[in-house]
Amino acid sequence: MPDRNEPIPDDHDPLRNINPTDSDHLDYVGQQGLAVEQETLIEPDPAKREQARSLWGDAWRDLRRRPIFLVSTVLIVLLILIAIFPGLFTGTDPRASDLINNYLRRPDWTDFFGGGWFGYDGQGRSIYARVIYGARASITVGICVTLAVTLLGGMAGMAAGFFGGWSDAVISRITDIFFGIPLLLGALVLLNAFSVRTVWSVVIALAFLGWTQLARVMRGSVITVKQSDYVVAGRALGAGTSRLMFRHILPNAIAPVIVVATIALGGYITAEATLSFLGIGLQDPTISWGVDISSAQKVIRQAPFVLFFPAAALSITVLAFIMMGDAVRDALDPKLR
Amino acid sequence: MTVNGATPVGATTPEEAAFAQEVQRGEPILEVRDLRKHFPLTKGILFKKQVGAVKAVDGVSFDLMQGETLGIVGESGCGKSTLAKVLMNLEPATTGSVKYKGEEISRLSGAGLKAVRRNIQMVFQDPYTSLNPRMTVGDIIGEPFEIHPEVAPKGDRRKAVQDLLDVVGLNPEYINRYPHQFSGGQRQRIGIARGLALKPEIIICDEPVSALDVSVQAQVINLLESLQGEFNLSYMFIAHDLSIVRHISDRVGVMYLGRIVEIGTDLEIYDHATHPYTQALLSAVPVPDPTARESRDRIVLTGDVPSPANPPSGCRFRTRCWKAQEKCEREDPALTVRAWLEGRARHDSACHFAGERENV
Amino acid sequence: MSTVADQGRPAREEPYTGPLLDVRNLHVEFRTRDGVVRAVNGVNYSVSAGETLAVLGESGSGKSVTAQAVMGILDMPPAAIPEGELLFRGRDMLKMSKEERRKIRGQKIAMIFQDALSSLNPVLPVGFQLGEMYRAHRGSNRKDAKAKAVELMDRVRIPAAKERVGDYPHQFSGGMRQRIMIAMALALEPDLIIADEPTTALDVTVQAQVMDLLAELQAEYHMGLILITHDLGVVADVADKIAVMYAGRIVETAPVHELYARPAHPYTRGLLDSIPRLDQKGQELYAIKGLPPNLLRIPAGCAFNPRCPRAQEICRQKVPPLAEVTEDDGTPLAGRGSACFFWKETLHDG
Repeated sequence: MPDRNEPIPDDHDPLRNINPTDSDHLDYVGQQGLAVEQETLIEPDPAKREQARSLWGDAWRDLRRRPIFLVSTVLIVLLILIAIFPGLFTGTDPRASDLINNYLRRPDWTDFFGGGWFGYDGQGRSIYARVIYGARASITVGICVTLAVTLLGGMAGMAAGFFGGWSDAVISRITDIFFGIPLLLGALVLLNAFSVRTVWSVVIALAFLGWTQLARVMRGSVITVKQSDYVVAGRALGAGTSRLMFRHILPNAIAPVIVVATIALGGYITAEATLSFLGIGLQDPTISWGVDISSAQKVIRQAPFVLFFPAAALSITVLAFIMMGDAVRDALDPKLR
Repeated sequence: MTVNGATPVGATTPEEAAFAQEVQRGEPILEVRDLRKHFPLTKGILFKKQVGAVKAVDGVSFDLMQGETLGIVGESGCGKSTLAKVLMNLEPATTGSVKYKGEEISRLSGAGLKAVRRNIQMVFQDPYTSLNPRMTVGDIIGEPFEIHPEVAPKGDRRKAVQDLLDVVGLNPEYINRYPHQFSGGQRQRIGIARGLALKPEIIICDEPVSALDVSVQAQVINLLESLQGEFNLSYMFIAHDLSIVRHISDRVGVMYLGRIVEIGTDLEIYDHATHPYTQALLSAVPVPDPTARESRDRIVLTGDVPSPANPPSGCRFRTRCWKAQEKCEREDPALTVRAWLEGRARHDSACHFAGERENV
Repeated sequence: MSTVADQGRPAREEPYTGPLLDVRNLHVEFRTRDGVVRAVNGVNYSVSAGETLAVLGESGSGKSVTAQAVMGILDMPPAAIPEGELLFRGRDMLKMSKEERRKIRGQKIAMIFQDALSSLNPVLPVGFQLGEMYRAHRGSNRKDAKAKAVELMDRVRIPAAKERVGDYPHQFSGGMRQRIMIAMALALEPDLIIADEPTTALDVTVQAQVMDLLAELQAEYHMGLILITHDLGVVADVADKIAVMYAGRIVETAPVHELYARPAHPYTRGLLDSIPRLDQKGQELYAIKGLPPNLLRIPAGCAFNPRCPRAQEICRQKVPPLAEVTEDDGTPLAGRGSACFFWKETLHDG
């Protein structure tokens, strides 16, 4: 139908025609009206000269203006601080069990100073202290798994997308196979193989199963970028494989990977909590939100707050990373909005 | 101008030595013989079976002379861009030979290929996609020096880049800017500067102005022409805009469905075309002159260009040609001078019935 | 003033004598993060039935935005029309209700785009898409609609229309797809067709076919045609009158012959001069210096002044109005206007 929302061809988009042209020299030409033969222009005033801005720079400028980004950044920085220095936020030992203080005792104002202002769990441990100390496991798993999958998936995707042909066929088929395994179910099976389960075994299990998502994103992105004229131009200049990969393709292909990885980070934190909840992830005495949620379910009728606080901490953390991912995506690719 | 060095420093491979020879003006610098590029059509994902081939370039021969501009015109799908890619060694040729200064280059790899790259460079069509958006202009134009460190010593590179910017008419102070801070015409100048950096002898321009605004096209054409004189370049100028090709070219080749159907000097092609396709192409070009509207004698071709995967037998143009006879179906016409032609019409044309158009 | 009811066929018999479309003092701006982009700054033009107006300009001149405003397909926001009138048969479309506007769009004014492939739905047969025009607007049944579709395809000279009516867009070549777009635009026999760079994406030999077809059909149906293009060759071939746009303004209007023979604006002159001519072989081409303006910061005064060989102090201070162009003795030249303080001098040197 010629009369509905037609995709207007790119060059008809007035906005597109404006942005590529930077402006201060035009401005300068416009106002001074000097000869612009051969477009050789001399800057009028060095102080006024606009900073050279890279696309990353633009994205950063854009990000700083987004409230969602600011809120999520503050949250994430706080969470990381808590994870690294839990002692700064509570003086209470999260493992100290005082059966006088069990979940049936209502917290009163004295608890505010004693570190028990979220109340106490079934074994009389301060819920507040446990929420604070539990951050470390969640954040560690989230960040380490994300780093690992970005690295693994990124390399696999880069190899598949860049070399194509057989290596692509093989890597893509492996990716497909892994993709068919549900993350949680797969992790359940894998973790059963570990006799002692620590944070690191959870990281290994999740990374082993999670890299395929990133590999796919990376592969698609690399294939798109590989066809760009500037990569062809690089080849025409005689650039070798590593230069093409790391100088031309990677910087242009990485943006969607970063976005997906940031959003996936929240998912890994949830996965860790879920595994711990199911009793197959982390175990007591490791302190983790998942473990606490799991033990809280036994007393949910009598004391719902025992469940509420670790669950809320988990939700806020996941939300913060997802918001951050959204903001980064919007900044890196305005077209996705 | 530091850019205009004559002999390369430190020729280490036999190719480099051969490429360092001087070629006299007007002598062939690039000889292309029966060049073919077929893209296989395959079926199946893991175990591929070839079921045919797109014959993008299918038997192209020509010489590029030192110091000249050879224009290549043709419509989309005629194989002109593939030809450029094959000559640039960006796509391997299926068969045929490309000789640069007498040295076969179509099957080179490694150091030999790298040496060729120094001598044959390319300017791309779309200035918006041909510059890496994550690199500064200085990095983009300086990259050739990083890949071929022998061209400019490390300390001189910044200066060399600034000289290049100056040569193409951009402010040397823009060295730290990113491509998106420039307009289309300025980006194309950056692309040209990158192509010039290695002091090549041949530059292949693939539709270098078709993505630019009309008022900027002329600037870039002028720049290309002045650079040719300054750096003693040979151009292969691929375009679909016939008037621009005529302006810049010494000789013109017309391509149709993977073949050159006619080649000659600009006068021979534009005023004395003997191939029906060239005649139709020329007559279809809109002339910016309303008074010519009534007097125009336009040949309107029927039908579409056949698929290059399955070109017609014999002459490829016969399916749309008003001169076609049974012979055209049987025999593939050679690109040669027909005995009966005289004067300017005596030039290579791949038509059994080559002849100038009667003026109606 | 006509009413909604007589928007149908019979309206043609009404004694409306004015131009089909009259664009008056149209302004369009885009509100972006970087500021307000003034894409169209006071454009006036009109088209009558049977007339071809070519709007000539480079990217960013506002030629397409104007057409999109007329068509009513601008995304608002970010676009806004702060000022102006779009009179279609004497009625301002900007004051109409959404429903009225929708009825005009497609039925009375149709548009042809540059990129036929992305304008056609890839998962529906072309015949179905053509027939849908009749089903949606005329309430035809499936069978009639299909017959009409075949008829339309015949009319735009698609060979073997009957067999190809069930084919999908990708099965047609670029030229054929553009014909289908033309057929679709013609389906409801509109009064006005806006063709936005209809042949830019096509090859030269196909371009000629499509342009000829468009001109022929226009004459046959006595439609108004607005041809938006940057190609001086195409314009010379088909236009009756020309409006040259620069930085969101019309800088020159003229009947086609006069514009090419004696341009009255330095920009038009520059464009004409930069076409490679035979006698210039081996010489430097004339090139308009500088770059097209950034619409975020249009130069003060005449927008063309930084690139203009004739610019004087006044050009930097005042925006030249579109003045009537006359002969030396004051005889007015019909339909000619130039937004240049020095049109007289330009006309003379041309």
